[in-house]
Amino acid sequence: MPAGGQRGQAGGCRGAKGDTQAHAAAMIASLLAIIAREALRFIHQRERFLAALVRPLVWLLVFAAGFRAALGLSIIPPYQTYITYETYIVPGLCGMILLFNGMQSSLSLVYDREMGSMRLLLTSPQPRWWLLFSKLIGSTTISILQVYAFLAIAALFGIDMPAWGYVTVLPALLVAGLMLGALGLLLSSFIKQLENFAGVMNFVIFPMFFLSSALYPLWKMAESSELLHDICAANPFTHAVELIRFALYTELNLPALGWTLLATAIFTAAALWGYDPARGAMRRKT
Amino acid sequence: MSSGLSIRDVSFAYGSRPALTSVSLDVAPGAFCALLGPNGAGKSTLFALLTRLITTPAGQIEIAGHDLRAGPRKALARIGVVFQQPTLDLDLSVRQNLRYFAALQGLSGKQASARIDAALDRLSMRDRDREKIRALNGGHRRRTEIARALIHDPAVLLLDEPTVGLDAASRSAITAHIHDLAAEKALTILWATHLTDEVRPSDRLAILHRGRLIEDGIASDIAGAASLSDRFLTLTEAA
Repeated sequence: MPAGGQRGQAGGCRGAKGDTQAHAAAMIASLLAIIAREALRFIHQRERFLAALVRPLVWLLVFAAGFRAALGLSIIPPYQTYITYETYIVPGLCGMILLFNGMQSSLSLVYDREMGSMRLLLTSPQPRWWLLFSKLIGSTTISILQVYAFLAIAALFGIDMPAWGYVTVLPALLVAGLMLGALGLLLSSFIKQLENFAGVMNFVIFPMFFLSSALYPLWKMAESSELLHDICAANPFTHAVELIRFALYTELNLPALGWTLLATAIFTAAALWGYDPARGAMRRKT
Repeated sequence: MSSGLSIRDVSFAYGSRPALTSVSLDVAPGAFCALLGPNGAGKSTLFALLTRLITTPAGQIEIAGHDLRAGPRKALARIGVVFQQPTLDLDLSVRQNLRYFAALQGLSGKQASARIDAALDRLSMRDRDREKIRALNGGHRRRTEIARALIHDPAVLLLDEPTVGLDAASRSAITAHIHDLAAEKALTILWATHLTDEVRPSDRLAILHRGRLIEDGIASDIAGAASLSDRFLTLTEAA
């Protein structure tokens, strides 16, 4: 009886161990419910799924095809041989899906706050960090499903990866998705109103995407500008993309993993600070 | 007190603008208390503090004997809330909404189903449980929210202007239902409103104005010879 454990007097002579188990069961129940809610909302928004899929496919099948001739790529790890530009940008486009979804979930968090459902979530007796973490896991799960749908369509067009790569990329997608989801959570705690969201698009998504290794390798960028190269190298999205790129070829890029985890930790800590009931998001007069 | 609601000397400010100043209010276990105040009196701020959406270092709040600061999880587990804003997912069914909430409270499986059925029965909403919220009228949506707030068998029920936007019939039905609940289930109820006609003469009444509690007693005593509406207007104009 999970809730009974929190009820003290109703729990009778239940020991501390029983309480801990009840708390753990309650936390798992809330995690699963939050994931299920994200999934149900996603199913109800088919346009969102299509948009999320069409966007990277346009890049892959139109943009990349056009730039194929213009961009020459040398052999760089993890690639063993010359690759087409389409193959090069697949990991970046996986990152793009995660990035857009991270921002989409940020938007829905601001919406939830304005509409009130955030109140419902935050007044649950589960710890607040757990509730926000569950939100993160829920939105990342949905993002990962979209990435696999994209990879499947890319494979249908002949842009495929090593078979094991589709398995080894999963943890990389999870880490990258959590990092970008945490960034979305952080932004949502500082965005006051829904109307301000367009600014996020201009000031977060586009710089993050274009100042990264998603569309061009960093050495190409260095040829144009050392400064731009340094900015790209510091961009956590670059590391997320490289983590995915190597994982798709069953390799682990340890520095990329380290940077992505570090960024995740920083974004998460800042987001939790933003959602602290003693300050931040819910404190504004509504 | 081992149960009920206790608010002691609570103050809160949005920046330099005070929203609540030294508010103290005790509601005994199983008692109904109406919190009346004009718009902007600080009712919603008080509710945000009671539900720990925000916190304040000034004052102390106890819910069913649990200090909200020292043991927020135990205190929150004992609260049922109906917010002023609707908080239902429009594209989900009544049951899906309730199941989501039950899980947030840590309830799942058969136990959650049984509690949901009981809560829906109490509000005469059982036969509508598969309908999407979007298809329900305002009154039924509110009933769903009240049913939801009761699923986890709370000791204290907080309602923040739950009749806003409803027609007269729905308003009076919900007001009557909540009064019945206090009597039948021994629930401690704090009902915030700015409408005097929702307060019965025998109700415990607290009046909040500009962040201060200016009256606390039985509604008929506070009203005196005048109607409650007139008395309320006099009090909030003068204070």
